Amino acid sequence: MNATADLPLWVAVLVAIFIIFGAAVTLLGAIGLVRMRTFYARLHAPTLGTTLGTGGVLVASMILSSALQSRLVLHEIAIAVFVTVTTPVTLMLLGRAALYRDRIEKKPGIPPFESER
Amino acid sequence: MSTAILSWSISLAQLLLVAAMACCLYRLVVGPRAQDRVLALDALYVCAMLLLLTIGMLSGGTLYFEAALVIALLGFVSTAALAKFLMRGEVIE
Amino acid sequence: MTRWLPYPVLTASLLVMWLLLNGVSAGHLLLGTVLAIGAARTMAALQPSKPRVRRWDSVVRLVAIVFVDLVRSNIAVGRIIIEGPDRPGQPGFLVVPLALNDRTALAVLACILTATPGTAWLEYRSRRDTLLLHVLDLGEEQDWIDLIKKRYEPLLLEIFE
Repeated sequence: MNATADLPLWVAVLVAIFIIFGAAVTLLGAIGLVRMRTFYARLHAPTLGTTLGTGGVLVASMILSSALQSRLVLHEIAIAVFVTVTTPVTLMLLGRAALYRDRIEKKPGIPPFESER
Repeated sequence: MSTAILSWSISLAQLLLVAAMACCLYRLVVGPRAQDRVLALDALYVCAMLLLLTIGMLSGGTLYFEAALVIALLGFVSTAALAKFLMRGEVIE
Repeated sequence: MTRWLPYPVLTASLLVMWLLLNGVSAGHLLLGTVLAIGAARTMAALQPSKPRVRRWDSVVRLVAIVFVDLVRSNIAVGRIIIEGPDRPGQPGFLVVPLALNDRTALAVLACILTATPGTAWLEYRSRRDTLLLHVLDLGEEQDWIDLIKKRYEPLLLEIFE
């Protein structure tokens, strides 16, 4: 905490803007998870948190650690790459699993299996 | 001044992230179906990872960041396994 | 050379990742190199088809376009969430015909569409070359089809085929 006292004011403001922006976008995505009515609509909500939400928090963290020169920003880059690559894969798998289950149960409004068309 | 701005903004961000985790938890408990719960669990992982990052920002050590990386890894693998389970009823065929 | 280094890009990125996480030193350089080469050769045993990037300048353009679209659709989906479920636009399924055939290109397109809020890739029907999407704000179906056909597909075709 002592090191942050002689941080330039604009750096602190920039970090504050980015971190609050990222957290707010993540919260918005989570609110969407609660408010949306169908599973397929909910599938879109967490992507807000994993794109701009994670991006905002990571950029804030990068700025702060570069300004303090406490450590290298490599972990943030690794996390950013990892989250951007893995989230689409998990959401796609989940979407396909939900589609498969809904088709087996013959829910209305779901596109049928390929062979049935 | 800078210290005050930083600690206030990071606390506010942590509050927002905890609220986001509460929303995910609501969906995790309410459901209504298994895929909704898995989706909520996945979102919960991401929020927890971001929360750890914000905690780590002020302490300056690398420990929290490595923990965040591990959470991201485990979240991916577990959600993939759960999705597979939802589709087929078993994880390993 | 190709037998020892089947995936040069993958090997290099694994090595860089190892050094980033462990710190740069002679020992880690050696260990990372051995691990990266081993992992790349294991990969070669798993998947014989090798993706080839034809044009790197198009990759840069694709990344820029995807970034702009990410920000735009974040704003759009954020607005939808704030307005709540009683807004006029309705979510729905959408079938898009695709000209892409390359597996890597399809995988990249799937990642782009799913990572972007508002669109989610559900299924690729290889027999008909069509793609099943779920869109949060359906509106004009043709607008979404145009977005994929005119904005992403030509670039991906340029890069991979």
